[in-house]
Amino acid sequence: MWQTPSKPQSNHITERGKPMIEAVGLTKRYGRTVAVDDLSFTVQPGRVTGFLGPNGAGKSTTMRMILGLDRPTAGRVLIDGKPYAELDRPLQTVGALLDAKWVHPNRSARAHLRWLAKSNGLPNKRVDAVLEAVGLTQVAGKNAGGFSLGMSQRLGIAAALLGDPKVLLFDEPVNGLDPEGILWIRTFMQNLAAEGRTVLVSSHLLSEMALTASELIVIGRGKLITQSSTQEFIDGATGNSVLVRSPQLFKLGPLLVDKGFTVRDGADGALSVSGATSDQIGDIAAANGVVLHELSPQRGSLEEAFMQLTGDAVEYHAEIGK
Amino acid sequence: MTLLAVERIKLFSTRSPYWCSALALVLGVGLTAIIAASTDNGQLSLGVTQFGSSQLALSVVLVMAALAVTTEYRFSTIRATFLAVPNRTSALVAKTVVVAFIAGVLGEIIAFGSVGMAKLLSPASDLAINTSGEWRHVAGVGLLYGIGAIIAIAVGILVRQTAGAVAILLVWNMLLEGLIGIIPKAGVKIQAWLPFMNANHFLQLGGDNAAEQAGAGIDFKLSQWGSLGYFAGIAVALLVVALIVAKRRDA
Ligand SMILES: Nc1ncnc2c1ncn2[C@@H]1O[C@H](COP(=O)(O)OP(=O)(O)OP(=O)(O)O)[C@@H](O)[C@H]1O
Ligand SMILES: [Mg+2]
Repeated sequence: MWQTPSKPQSNHITERGKPMIEAVGLTKRYGRTVAVDDLSFTVQPGRVTGFLGPNGAGKSTTMRMILGLDRPTAGRVLIDGKPYAELDRPLQTVGALLDAKWVHPNRSARAHLRWLAKSNGLPNKRVDAVLEAVGLTQVAGKNAGGFSLGMSQRLGIAAALLGDPKVLLFDEPVNGLDPEGILWIRTFMQNLAAEGRTVLVSSHLLSEMALTASELIVIGRGKLITQSSTQEFIDGATGNSVLVRSPQLFKLGPLLVDKGFTVRDGADGALSVSGATSDQIGDIAAANGVVLHELSPQRGSLEEAFMQLTGDAVEYHAEIGK
Repeated sequence: MTLLAVERIKLFSTRSPYWCSALALVLGVGLTAIIAASTDNGQLSLGVTQFGSSQLALSVVLVMAALAVTTEYRFSTIRATFLAVPNRTSALVAKTVVVAFIAGVLGEIIAFGSVGMAKLLSPASDLAINTSGEWRHVAGVGLLYGIGAIIAIAVGILVRQTAGAVAILLVWNMLLEGLIGIIPKAGVKIQAWLPFMNANHFLQLGGDNAAEQAGAGIDFKLSQWGSLGYFAGIAVALLVVALIVAKRRDA
């Protein structure tokens, strides 16, 4: 069912360095909850930018503010230099998929796209074109309420592509999809970026973003944690823990703690030391006559790195082992 | 114009407006049929042909109009709408115009359909529409529906949930305004200024069955057309409030 995305039909290369999306001091409060807190970032064209943060970090809220659905408590966000509400025929500039369920269940996929097309002065043949692009032509006359999650998601993408926009926003587009669907969406987004478009995609999974995005905006509890290239983020955040195995850990452990390293119990009675290189640990062991059975640098998982970075910024701590 | 076409496509690409229209038609014309069938041939008057259209069927039309908005909130298509048309006021006004127009047309069909049904079942009765009062009594139903639809849409925008909006509209139209008459002395005076009472006043036809018609016994301070203007004024005021609220709050 999944089709390879169609070849580029148009090019939207914008001058490098000029951001297509620019948020400045964006803040959103719901009563006493601060959902987004003084968030500033930029999104450049021509690449997929990942918008990463744990559940409740404020990703969806930020996206709703970018699109003018929610009114910021403070700050502003501009698309191509303008607030969303000031875009003329906005679907021709911005395509968004925030939630695949924003469709009337008793309306056919084609009718859904037809009213959207009409509202932005797009011809009906665009409707057929996007249905074709996402592989929904066969079921275009069926009610959207009967669609599977994958089909709904593709209908949402069709709606986003309708106006051939240069900016695309996707909120957790792969949530709940099977591997085939995930791969299709990932490829689709990368192709869109390769055509020079600006693609902002949110996720709470770094592993997913590592495969999709070349640039990351990482947030936690509504605050910006970092904006950097995905490679930089991963390099900076992983690979600084060392697994130590020794019959004299009772002696070595306190020595490492004294040096200010973080020591945790690893698997099979080993120690996991972070903040130290294997050289440093080896030297300390030798200086104190500690026998080492294993000393191996661990490349921490991306998820671990992410947890570490957003540690105190995670909204909902998993209550494991309590 | 584009926005009107958009709202037209939206409305007619789901089933509920068809069902509601059919139900309103059946209830409105059906009640007239029952009245006609239970009245001796020759005794039926024009004044009783609009009981169904101006009461029961009106309620169904109010529900239809409210649904046009609340289902958009229910399924978040209102967000899709505001993404496509960030000017919320124009989007919602377009919807109001389309729904009110359809309600108006439906009102005319039901009103004249009721007269037709009465003529069919009671051919010997004098059901001719001659005077301006008689025309107002029948053709006025469409105006009532159109304005009623504006009120229903405003309530739908404000409440956003189907159950709440429908409950408010039905209780208001079918119960509350009538019940206020129970209040000793003041009740009838208040009723003279209630919107749906004024709507009924507009339709009133003098003559034999004036006492049986809705709004009878209330001392209205406005002329019949004045009452319609008042009803329309309240509808527009309510819509303006709803539009301001919709513009300000998060979608
Ligand atoms: N309409 C609302 N009213 C009140 N609180 C809200 C509203 N929308 C979001 N919030 C709160 O704002 C915070 C951020 O929510 P948001 O949905 O933006 O997070 P997210 O990063 O998209 O999370 P997820 O990964 O679960 O989708 C949460 O604490 C949430 O409860
Ligand atoms: Mg979210």
